[in-house]
Amino acid sequence: MREPLLRIEGLRTVFRIPGGEFAAVDGVDLEVPRGRTLGVVGESGCGKSVLSLSVMRLVPPPGRVAAGHVWLEGRDLLALPMEQMRQVRGSRVAMIFQEPMTSLNPVHSVGAQIVEAMRAHDPGASAAALKERAIEALRRVRIPAPERRFEEYPHQLSGGMRQRVMIAMALACSPRLLIADEPTTALDVTVQAQILDLLRELQAETGMSIILITHDLGVVAEMADEVAVMYAGRVVERAAARALFEDPQHPYTLGLLGSVPRLDEERERLLAIEGVVPPPFALPKGCRFHPRCPFAIEACRMAPPALEEIAPGHLAACIRAPVEQSVAA
Amino acid sequence: MSAAEILTAPERAGHEGASPLLEVEDLAKHWPVRRGLILARQVGTVRAVDGVSFHLRRGETLALVGESGCGKSTTARLVLRLIEPSRGALRFDGEDITALSGASLRRMRRRMQIIFQDPYASLNPRLTVGEAIAEPMLVHGIGDAASRAARVRELLGLVGLASFHAERYPHEFSGGQRQRIGIARALSVQPELIVCDEPVSALDVSIQAQVVNLLKDLQARFGLAYLFIAHDLAVVKHMADRVAVMYLGRIVEIADKRALFADPRHPYTRALLSAIPHPDPARRGRVKPLGGDVPSPMNPPPGCRFHTRCPHAAAICREREPPAVEVAPGHRSACHFARELPPAGLDFSGGLTPAAARRLALFASAGRPAAASV
Repeated sequence: MREPLLRIEGLRTVFRIPGGEFAAVDGVDLEVPRGRTLGVVGESGCGKSVLSLSVMRLVPPPGRVAAGHVWLEGRDLLALPMEQMRQVRGSRVAMIFQEPMTSLNPVHSVGAQIVEAMRAHDPGASAAALKERAIEALRRVRIPAPERRFEEYPHQLSGGMRQRVMIAMALACSPRLLIADEPTTALDVTVQAQILDLLRELQAETGMSIILITHDLGVVAEMADEVAVMYAGRVVERAAARALFEDPQHPYTLGLLGSVPRLDEERERLLAIEGVVPPPFALPKGCRFHPRCPFAIEACRMAPPALEEIAPGHLAACIRAPVEQSVAA
Repeated sequence: MSAAEILTAPERAGHEGASPLLEVEDLAKHWPVRRGLILARQVGTVRAVDGVSFHLRRGETLALVGESGCGKSTTARLVLRLIEPSRGALRFDGEDITALSGASLRRMRRRMQIIFQDPYASLNPRLTVGEAIAEPMLVHGIGDAASRAARVRELLGLVGLASFHAERYPHEFSGGQRQRIGIARALSVQPELIVCDEPVSALDVSIQAQVVNLLKDLQARFGLAYLFIAHDLAVVKHMADRVAVMYLGRIVEIADKRALFADPRHPYTRALLSAIPHPDPARRGRVKPLGGDVPSPMNPPPGCRFHTRCPHAAAICREREPPAVEVAPGHRSACHFARELPPAGLDFSGGLTPAAARRLALFASAGRPAAASV
């Protein structure tokens, strides 16, 4: 198998709080294959956003990466001097966020912001050349009349157009990896479909890899080749997308699948996961899902389960999986 | 479209013969747009809601769906008279409430309550949960302090919280628990209608399911009618009996849930339905995005408001506004080609694999985990 573009090993990111510290990401191993999309799914507080900030080395204080490696094309990003990391950001790895309005500066035109991002990586280029490249970048994300949009300000654009501008900026320096953190969560469903379509087309054109962070299983099913399900700072299940949806193993994955209403099924009641996600400073011992898990037994309270292969390429961190065998036994 | 075209006579009388709980006719809200500080001139009008008619029966859920800016939340606030309509009529239980004021409006409001999207913003942080839940009873002069306290305990139990929660403050609760508090508060005055304005969109999916299940249980128990505002069609399909689809201040299609999902007769409804990503990778790439953006409600396109984005648009669509056509009993679509549209070609088959379905069933039957406490 080819070397993956990105390999995360034993990543642990901690936040200091009065009286101690807690790990928002606690021992995560992941791989992003070249030209493919890794979907990272989970609910608020599962650590999926801190994971992506850790890869970018943008974890805000009082947080810090305490352990692990992030290998990108043979280099450990976590060991790079800050100056080199700045070069990696934008040119090798870029990121887009949920709310494009808060990521764009309202007092500068859209064009000026793209030019600024481009100049940071190519200080010698002339203003005219940068403007031409910025307009080309807008055209690439299918923005109609890019010459006119170049002059406009963020508030003059719709939410979908703003997200296109963010994608244009992110892709301006042809990164090999795009991290998209809930890129369509703030958008209407028809606009979401446009943006997902665009990301897929751009991936086919450029061969970039994507880490897609989302809470929406529909979006994951639509976009991801590989999926990692996160719960309380850990990966609880990892598989190819089809395997995950067709043969879900971890009880948390089952709960997530059961709690979304589906258009292709009629059910009287949704399968609700009881309880709430535990706060990271008060995690249960053993398996972190055990207080909410209907299959939990004494052993689940004792030791955290290892992420183990259940079928080729399909990993789950559950001693009760596959659950039908455990329940029958 | 006039109100007469929208409501057919048998429906105005309600299907069961009784009059509907809520009737809305040709409701509109136009906001003036002013420019200038001292001599503010009106330079335009935002037609947030522009001629909406529907009815809601007792114990029924009608969903209003549409994308941001379609006017669904404005409609919800108009129905409760939290904002005043520019035009139109509202009847609640047969009585015209458009012109009510003072004590008679307050009496009517006891029968209609609202649950908001953001459970963080809709609870007063200085009131204990018990005070927040008792407040509507206090406003309406129901009971004395002791009976209200007893009722608060009962309501907390109904929504799955514990009576000791009454002493605590909103910040001590999670989003899902706060939404439960909002529901208990709405229930406190025993309303007949609850307007649910995106009640689960701010919640995590597993919490969404808990709240959706709770709303369904309460409806079955108390015969509540819900006006359910949402943008998530999968949630709507699960909750609603009937669905009204809104676009730029108008209802473009209204039908029984099954008819609407099986055979949508408006191109916008079809676009919405086909844009939803399915949790099934085997059907990847079937999402067909609709082009363009929603036009500004200050300057809606002439003719059919959807024609700028519609794959079926013809010359007539640019010139004449389409009337609502009844394509089947109770199923109306405001499209010139409502009857002629080709089959929608939507495929909702699939569902869970047998392996996934078996494990989900085990999850559901394995019983509650010991530490469940929401």
